[in-house]
Amino acid sequence: MTARPAADIAILSDQMTIDTTLKATLALTSRFENIEVAEHALLDLCRRAGWPSDEDYWLVTALREAVANAVRHGNRQDPKRLVRLEYTVHDSTVTICVEDEGSGFDPDAVPNPTDPENLLRPNGRGIFYMRQFMSKVEFRSTPSGGTAVLMERKLDTIDGDPG
Amino acid sequence: MKCNIRDLGDVRIIELGGKITIGSGDVKIRELVNQALEDGKKEILFDLGDVKAIDSSGIGEMVACYTTVTKRGGHLKLMHLSPKINDILQVTQLITVFDVFDDEREALGSF
Repeated sequence: MTARPAADIAILSDQMTIDTTLKATLALTSRFENIEVAEHALLDLCRRAGWPSDEDYWLVTALREAVANAVRHGNRQDPKRLVRLEYTVHDSTVTICVEDEGSGFDPDAVPNPTDPENLLRPNGRGIFYMRQFMSKVEFRSTPSGGTAVLMERKLDTIDGDPG
Repeated sequence: MKCNIRDLGDVRIIELGGKITIGSGDVKIRELVNQALEDGKKEILFDLGDVKAIDSSGIGEMVACYTTVTKRGGHLKLMHLSPKINDILQVTQLITVFDVFDDEREALGSF
């Protein structure tokens, strides 16, 4: 994913392979309004893959947090920096990768928002949301020093799934 | 995000709808609470019955509003939580912070 779009949004690819894997990649400018675009693209892919719509809520909730973090904390709302997304739906698993062009961060340094001393903090719940609503969440550094968040949700396998 | 304001006695009821999310609804609820305080209304009831989604920024702003109102000697309470909003308050443990009601009359009587 190296091409830069001329417009705000570029759908870089959108394809179905013969093993019924659906995949889409997008590049978005760092604007909160584009979270809606990311959401619609994911839901469209899920519908085409036959994912049940009652799974949407928590999947979308986690996606929105990841993109919001990339826009706000990673790219610092710099319109010259892109947020790159890759969605894959295969059998009962949805995988989402969100990459920013920031300078990286330590996810372990984010305090637990459910600790009593943190309950009234107005921020710091985004990563908690992601970990709560997805089966797997990993943070990696990109070659350019940014952050890639890799999230996976499998049907009916999430412990304590509130959905 | 949609909103409607009703005053019943000392209580300002702020009915919210749609999405309370980053960059839009989160800022709006801050403005609504600041307006209530400017109007001398320190007893505030959020009606979340029509809220479809709330992200961590929206939750964070609700917490900030709670702190602001409490520091001014008032109360911020919640009413008509959907099952999913209730789930979010449960997992974030904010259900232990906010007073939550299903019935408006009961909520009004609690202030």
